[in-house]
Amino acid sequence: MQRYVVIGNGVAAVGCIEGLRSVDGATPITVVSAEKHPVYCRPLISYYLEGKTDRDKMQYRPGDFYQKMGCEVLYGVSAVRIDPLAKTVALNNGDSLSYSALCVATGSSPFLPPIAGLDSVRQKCTFMTLDDALALEKAVNPASQVLIVGAGLIGLKCAEGLLARVGSITVCDLADRVLSSILDNDCAAVVQKHLEDHRIRFMLSDSVERFEGDKAYMKSGATVDFDVLVAAVGVRANAALAKDAGIAVNRGILVNNQMQTSVSDVYAAGDCAEGEDVSCGEKRVLAIMPNAYMQGRCAGINMAGGSEAFNKGMPMNSIGFFGLHVMTAGTYYSPEAGGDVYEETAAGMRKKLFSRGGFLTGFVFVGKTERVGIYTSLIRERIPLNTINYELLKKAVSLAPFSDDYRRERLGGVV
Amino acid sequence: MKRIFVNEKWCLGCRLCEYYCAFANSGEINMVKALKDKPIYPRLRVEDDGGVTYAVSCRHCTDPLCVRSCIAAALSVDAGVVTIDRDRCVSCYTCILVCPYGALAHDDAGVVRKCELCLNNAIGQPACVAGCPNRAIVYEER
Repeated sequence: MQRYVVIGNGVAAVGCIEGLRSVDGATPITVVSAEKHPVYCRPLISYYLEGKTDRDKMQYRPGDFYQKMGCEVLYGVSAVRIDPLAKTVALNNGDSLSYSALCVATGSSPFLPPIAGLDSVRQKCTFMTLDDALALEKAVNPASQVLIVGAGLIGLKCAEGLLARVGSITVCDLADRVLSSILDNDCAAVVQKHLEDHRIRFMLSDSVERFEGDKAYMKSGATVDFDVLVAAVGVRANAALAKDAGIAVNRGILVNNQMQTSVSDVYAAGDCAEGEDVSCGEKRVLAIMPNAYMQGRCAGINMAGGSEAFNKGMPMNSIGFFGLHVMTAGTYYSPEAGGDVYEETAAGMRKKLFSRGGFLTGFVFVGKTERVGIYTSLIRERIPLNTINYELLKKAVSLAPFSDDYRRERLGGVV
Repeated sequence: MKRIFVNEKWCLGCRLCEYYCAFANSGEINMVKALKDKPIYPRLRVEDDGGVTYAVSCRHCTDPLCVRSCIAAALSVDAGVVTIDRDRCVSCYTCILVCPYGALAHDDAGVVRKCELCLNNAIGQPACVAGCPNRAIVYEER
């Protein structure tokens, strides 16, 4: 029997479903959803805590989406084994699903650091799912002292979301700066100062040595009393299911530009996958929502017999904290690695453009983020810098530095 | 579907389109009241490369990166028109990060605004086109 199976029910799964249906309107689709919710906008969980959105507005698709798409969704069910020879997926409810094509869109999971005494902490959460946000909402009160382990994107968005609901927030990180995966010391300092102005306290270059109940003993010797602990040290691709099935896995499930894994008729997309990063030409896990949708859609089209490639993914983030916006993308090559950097600095503002080998490969904007997508397009489309007036574009963003042909084609045609 | 196209050759760089756009989307019925002594938020902008001028607005792409990338499902395609549900927008600006034309921006409340071809305001058809004195912006099928 012909059937598409999608393991996972996040944004990559939706991309896959919409990709499938753009080619094939008939073949049944079964979605295996470990979470008991219809697809929602995962990155909005911090905005939910902040009161900027609500459960209804967080829905990624209308209520009749699965029905219209001809999908059966198995809520609260997990896949436990893929058999690529028999082309079946075994489920934790004892059932087995046969597939003609399979998409693994299992996402990623936060990992808990192995810290002594973690079991003795009364209230601890991670911050990845709607259920995490709902649990955190219940756990805190206006007097809560929150300790967040991890000053990355998840930890800091969690801090912003919680601030108005709690008494105090302390964020610690082993790194010497905030957002260490995307910002250098200079840019991180701007963001840190802004967050500190909003009553968030940092303990950087420091980590928890052990917990004794609601007290953290730090490596530095300091202690932190808290009521609620949030672990936000990082996420890992949920790739074990694929690995156990003999599918090639590195940090994520390896995929080509058609989102095919090493095993025929098995595709992967989203946070669990490791596909090409156009900014460096290497494979990377790109655990961001736009990438999840695009990879999922590409997988779906190919699963249904269409022809689609997606090779324009890259790490990129647009993230704001209390009105200060930061946009980053791509790969930052150091001068030692042959890279070149153009910088502008002003109070509360930073701009860094990284280029190498005649191409823009990455950037960081802090504070001033107007029309940054024009720079992103240079990385995504691998536009050679010698075909544009890069000297002009470095300083001021507009379409003027592009060739007349490019501009006329884009503004005078259907794109 | 009909889209807005610009003709660089005819653009005078007068920026009237920006004012018509801001007025059309202001909700006011009096242009002076809508624009005088106020910061204006047009949804297109006139660029000047030192010789050539042209207006840049949303291309209503056939495969819009902003819609694919929106983390709040606030952007969608409605009969070919890329539209924004401002109630859903959480001001993350991922759309601004991905748009190759720099066609999305935000207002002073932080909410993203973009060209919707004036189909969702009281004017009903692109005000920039109607207001352009030299037909440098047109609204047609191509």
